[in-house]
Amino acid sequence: MKVSKSKSVLLTAMLLFALTGSILGSEGTEVDTGITSWMLTSTALVLLMVPGLAMFYGGLVRTKNVMGTMMHSFTAMGVMAVLWIVIGYAMSFGGNIMGGWFGWNKDYFLLKGIDEKIMDAKVPEYVFSMFQGKFAIITPALIAGAFAERVKFRGYVLFIALWGIIVYNPLCHWVWASDGFLYQMGAIDFAGGTVVHISAGISGLVAAIYLGARRGHPSTAMPPSNLTMTMMGAGLLWVGWFGFNAGSSVSSGLLTTQALTATQTAAAAGAITWMTIEGMHQGKSTALGFASGILAGLVAVTPAAGVVQPWGALILGAVAASFCYLAILMKDKLGYDDSLDAFGIHGIGGIVGALLLTFLMRGRHTAGEIFSQLGVQSLAVGIAIVYAAGVTFILLLVVNKLTGLRSSVKEEMQGMDASYHGEQGYGMVNVS
Amino acid sequence: MAGVPNNHHKRIKLKCMKLITAIIRETKLDQVREALIENEITRITVIRVSGHGQQLNEDIYRGKKVVPNLIPKVKLEIAVNDSFVDITVNTIIANARTNSTGEVGDGKIWITPIEECIRIRTGEKGGTAI
Repeated sequence: MKVSKSKSVLLTAMLLFALTGSILGSEGTEVDTGITSWMLTSTALVLLMVPGLAMFYGGLVRTKNVMGTMMHSFTAMGVMAVLWIVIGYAMSFGGNIMGGWFGWNKDYFLLKGIDEKIMDAKVPEYVFSMFQGKFAIITPALIAGAFAERVKFRGYVLFIALWGIIVYNPLCHWVWASDGFLYQMGAIDFAGGTVVHISAGISGLVAAIYLGARRGHPSTAMPPSNLTMTMMGAGLLWVGWFGFNAGSSVSSGLLTTQALTATQTAAAAGAITWMTIEGMHQGKSTALGFASGILAGLVAVTPAAGVVQPWGALILGAVAASFCYLAILMKDKLGYDDSLDAFGIHGIGGIVGALLLTFLMRGRHTAGEIFSQLGVQSLAVGIAIVYAAGVTFILLLVVNKLTGLRSSVKEEMQGMDASYHGEQGYGMVNVS
Repeated sequence: MAGVPNNHHKRIKLKCMKLITAIIRETKLDQVREALIENEITRITVIRVSGHGQQLNEDIYRGKKVVPNLIPKVKLEIAVNDSFVDITVNTIIANARTNSTGEVGDGKIWITPIEECIRIRTGEKGGTAI
């Protein structure tokens, strides 16, 4: 049951600091500029994934909804970043409170106590906090894909704030804090397959079903309005994912490069698998399908980046793309409107990755060890699904009561851009 | 009246088709389209246009009168047989108005006669081709 060694050392050290209440500052631990500069870069790369996601989703919706959709991602950058500094980091990486439901550390409130702290991993704690905060930003932005084109802006802002506090922070704490119970169980989630993708996917599914389909769906065709923007977004996501996965090694060395290699391999494998399946099944390989394959591979390798070798990443990418392709076909049959496939790609891809990695871990393992790990992974995935789905459902009810969540008929027909932002995304349509 | 022949008021059968052109607000397009389809007016062409009418935002900028900028609108072109003109026009008006009293900028409709209408697929002409 291998977990990132540097991460466990790092997190144990943080726990010790929290327990002793002392702030050692730069005494004793020197900053390693190599690791720090990579972590700074990773932080920037992961943040760049959010505008990338905005472009990916924005290009997939109709022209009258492009700004509303991009605002879903950008607003997360504002709201979640502020929440993270105030209480998010403390709730996610502080010591257990309330039976381990989430964490707390008064030094992490407003990041007041870490102004000069250097972690055992030889990076300033600021950069670790900022790096993790980017994950907290992108997760709710992923959910937005499920209810695209039909949600009120104010309701959305309130929803993601509550979701971040009550769903993301606890999940992050359980899986990545050293006293988190899933971490203690030995669950492997290298960069957030469960914490980010499964949680966002399942929450999106619940929201899509609760809010109901878009007006006119499925009889009215609603094709993407700007696939060129979608492809640019897909490219930014692929590159940004190197920060997402390789940066999760919290080091700049062997593990980092193992994660980067696995990430690259899985993305490519996912892409060409989807391209092949779609080409054979539908007769034509679409650009959107290629981009979806990229994402499916990346999502699946996210929990596994540090624990699989390239051959394992090839398998993860190919299998995830296959399952996600099937999931999207099923979506059409089952009839729910997960508009931008938040569950189809992130939910399914995350589940595939979390479970399949047990058979692909580097090193020699007995069948007993593998199946034991599979049991742990299944439990972690199951707990994440039940918790995220249940709390999301409650939050949807609450937000609906407070501000309303589903767009009104008039707002939906006019488009989110006009209704909630008073703007027009594509000014070029105006002659002058 | 008895004694008056049946073909006394014989008329030459004209091809009575009209082209209804409507300029409406962009944000009203979906509502107008849904209402038209509900009233079985399903053949429609939609074009993005820019223009201005009475909505002049004349500004005095540094002492000079400024010409207003073009405003994006949507133009609908609907070819119908005469008997459908009223339902089409009324549907558009009811759904393109901003509210019950209407606002400056809600748009305009004009009606022009169509000389001929031909379906490309079959080559049929006239009212049945519309």
